[in-house]
Amino acid sequence: MTTSPYDSYRPPDGDRKRRRRGGGRGPAGGRGGRGGPGARGGSGGRGWLNRGADGGREMPMVEDVEFTSYYGRPIVKAPPWGDEISLYLFLGGLAGGSALLGLGAQITGRPALRSTTRLVSLGALGAGALALVEDLGRPERFLNMMRTVKITSPMSLGSWILGGFGSGAGVVAVIEVDRLTGERIPLGPLKPLRHVLHALETPAAIASVLLAAPLASYTGVLLGATAVPTWNAAGRNGLPVVFAASASAAAGGTAMVTTPLDQAGPARIFALAGTAAELVAMKVMKDRMHPVEVEPMETGEPGAKLHRAEMLAVAGGVATAALEVGVRLLDRRAARASGGSATVRGGRTALRVGLQVASAAAGAALAGASAYTRFGMLEAGIASTKDPRHVVEPQRDRLEARQAAGITHDSITTIG
Amino acid sequence: MTTQVRRETLAEGSAVGEASMEESLTTDRLGEPTEHRSWGAQAHERKGFFTDTSICIGCKACEVACKEWNSNPQDGTYELLESSYDNTGGLGANTWRHVAFIEQDGDRIEKARESGRKLVGLGMPTVGPPTGAATTPGAAASNEDAAASGGGCSGCGPSGCGPSGGGCGSGGGAQAGTTIEADLLSGLLDGDGTTADLSNVDTTPPDTADFRWLMSSDVCKHCTHAGCLDVCPTGALFRTEFGTVVVQNDVCNGCGTCVAGCPFGVIERRDDGTINTPTDRDDRSASEMDVHDEGTANKCTLCYDRLLEGQEPACSQTCPTQSIKFGDREDMVEQAEVRVRDLHAKGLTEARLYGANPHDGVGGTGSVFLLLDEPEVYGLPPDPRVPTKDLPGMWASAGAAALGMIGVAALSFLGGRR
Repeated sequence: MTTSPYDSYRPPDGDRKRRRRGGGRGPAGGRGGRGGPGARGGSGGRGWLNRGADGGREMPMVEDVEFTSYYGRPIVKAPPWGDEISLYLFLGGLAGGSALLGLGAQITGRPALRSTTRLVSLGALGAGALALVEDLGRPERFLNMMRTVKITSPMSLGSWILGGFGSGAGVVAVIEVDRLTGERIPLGPLKPLRHVLHALETPAAIASVLLAAPLASYTGVLLGATAVPTWNAAGRNGLPVVFAASASAAAGGTAMVTTPLDQAGPARIFALAGTAAELVAMKVMKDRMHPVEVEPMETGEPGAKLHRAEMLAVAGGVATAALEVGVRLLDRRAARASGGSATVRGGRTALRVGLQVASAAAGAALAGASAYTRFGMLEAGIASTKDPRHVVEPQRDRLEARQAAGITHDSITTIG
Repeated sequence: MTTQVRRETLAEGSAVGEASMEESLTTDRLGEPTEHRSWGAQAHERKGFFTDTSICIGCKACEVACKEWNSNPQDGTYELLESSYDNTGGLGANTWRHVAFIEQDGDRIEKARESGRKLVGLGMPTVGPPTGAATTPGAAASNEDAAASGGGCSGCGPSGCGPSGGGCGSGGGAQAGTTIEADLLSGLLDGDGTTADLSNVDTTPPDTADFRWLMSSDVCKHCTHAGCLDVCPTGALFRTEFGTVVVQNDVCNGCGTCVAGCPFGVIERRDDGTINTPTDRDDRSASEMDVHDEGTANKCTLCYDRLLEGQEPACSQTCPTQSIKFGDREDMVEQAEVRVRDLHAKGLTEARLYGANPHDGVGGTGSVFLLLDEPEVYGLPPDPRVPTKDLPGMWASAGAAALGMIGVAALSFLGGRR
């Protein structure tokens, strides 16, 4: 509402409102700050703000003198991690889970499942590693990750896990390619080594499998061992479990897409178990976190992504369960009435194709759920650094809880 | 030319530093504060800052000196940030000292005083000598120093000072007199050394009847248990022989883990920045105009290069009021404790120390602060904790999750149809 023509020159006050709200919304609310929204309207304490408006004195620069954050500015910095890292979190899990399926398929004699999962595993790993290098400030120095082994640095251990896993997965995948091409990889003079290479299959597979599961779960520690409030709280309350479960769902789901129905049985069960575990672990984790730390996981773009992840996981999970039941029934019937008329057999084939399509859709939903979980969690953490409230409130609460319990020796604030 | 020399000394020192880092890794991680256990073999005492914000006048000389010495690039585009006199924003890759400005009214001052009093009521730890020793010779000397070099800048008391007048000499002589007694010359003007109770004395500087400025020069904390150092995967960050934490920019590959690892939001990757120095001078090559160490993590080094030469850091050397003091960390904590007890004795109960407690979440900080309100008012976390403290539990849950995943995979194949 304009009351004077000069009001049109007034700068938009959206910014100032935001800042004021930032202070008022802060932990101050209850403890010694402004007494809630009511205080905002009270002109009594803010009369001084107008002082100096006539130019007689110096005017205060800031209209809001009571805040418990520093102009609403972030306290903790967000790491310079973008979509590449989210992608890596997803692909790393996919690679690890697929390697597990690959060894299982090898042992139980499922050649189709074995070769697809191993190729997926190496492909995901390669793409993930590239994404990781791409996100470095100095990509040409990526090998510096191998300069030390540090148990306190999840990124360091992760690099070693990634490297070790990659070596094993690489050998296994090369063997797979060799097999797919009818052992026609031109080895030249090294031809006698083909036997050695193939003899390495099981040891390499076992070696990579030992690192596959840690590859899927260490990323939870990577995010957890940070000062980013949402990640740290999540890491303390089971984020590695969520990520490992999510990796199982991703690997199982992808195998459902790439593998014929009758060999994908274990992949379906793996994906189902992973999805169920992910949903449960996520719920438990959120319940155990401080509400202010959970908030970024439920609001904004990250919240939407995590919500989509949940929807996709539920839908894909139900579809996979139905599929598994359907395939079992179909098989039982096929076993009972082997042979049968041409039309019956034709019908069964059509049904099988339909189920294969459904399997691919359900698998894609589960893999998508896993990807959304990773993107959502990464972005939720970054969002949690933007507002100092997410840092200050949980810290205040835990400090006060300790003090209420009589523990006063560990505060960073002391008096002499 | 200077840069060249500095780079060389930096490289030389890093070898020593890495050795000490490895040692500290084996014994120092995740345990109790072990300041004196595993740091024993250091060639030097642990160095640190004591930033006494009660005598900061907000001149930002520390920011300038830091930027100049370390040739840090420019941050931002000189826009006004609408946050009192602070147009720097915060610490970052290119800003290693940052002066915060906070404007507060009378209510807020009262609340700060109350919250400080509460700390006493809670029985917060008193780490140093007992309260009776408030006027130890060392403390008196340091106060003398402060007064001498303060150049009689009288307007700046704990209840603030007006930047407009620089706080020096302009206006309201009589009132300013009481301010001196209340703060800067603590104990000295009382002659016999007794500390008078000044809580009822009007300590308000002229023209600022109902508000105060808080000014505080923030800097890297050089934590005892440093999150950035713990999570660095390349070993680019190391613990120096001075007990400080420094990045080797020729090793850092810019992964950014340390940025997330710092509970104070200090370290940052230098992704941009400009150097707007004249390019037409003959004696400077174009390469020197480039932003150096781009794409790597950057933060305060506590002027490692200067310490190696026996100098003190640029910020503390330039500080006109000795608000930033530099020395052996132990001495710094001692001075800080004497100072805060002094202020409390005078009724200025809003004073409190930040980072002096070896039992806090980061094992105490190398840079100790005297604050006049809650830490979050200054943009400092109220209960920071080194994130790697949670690592044992997290690795355990990651291991359990991995085993579970393998188990589920095995079961899937057992349960799957043939």
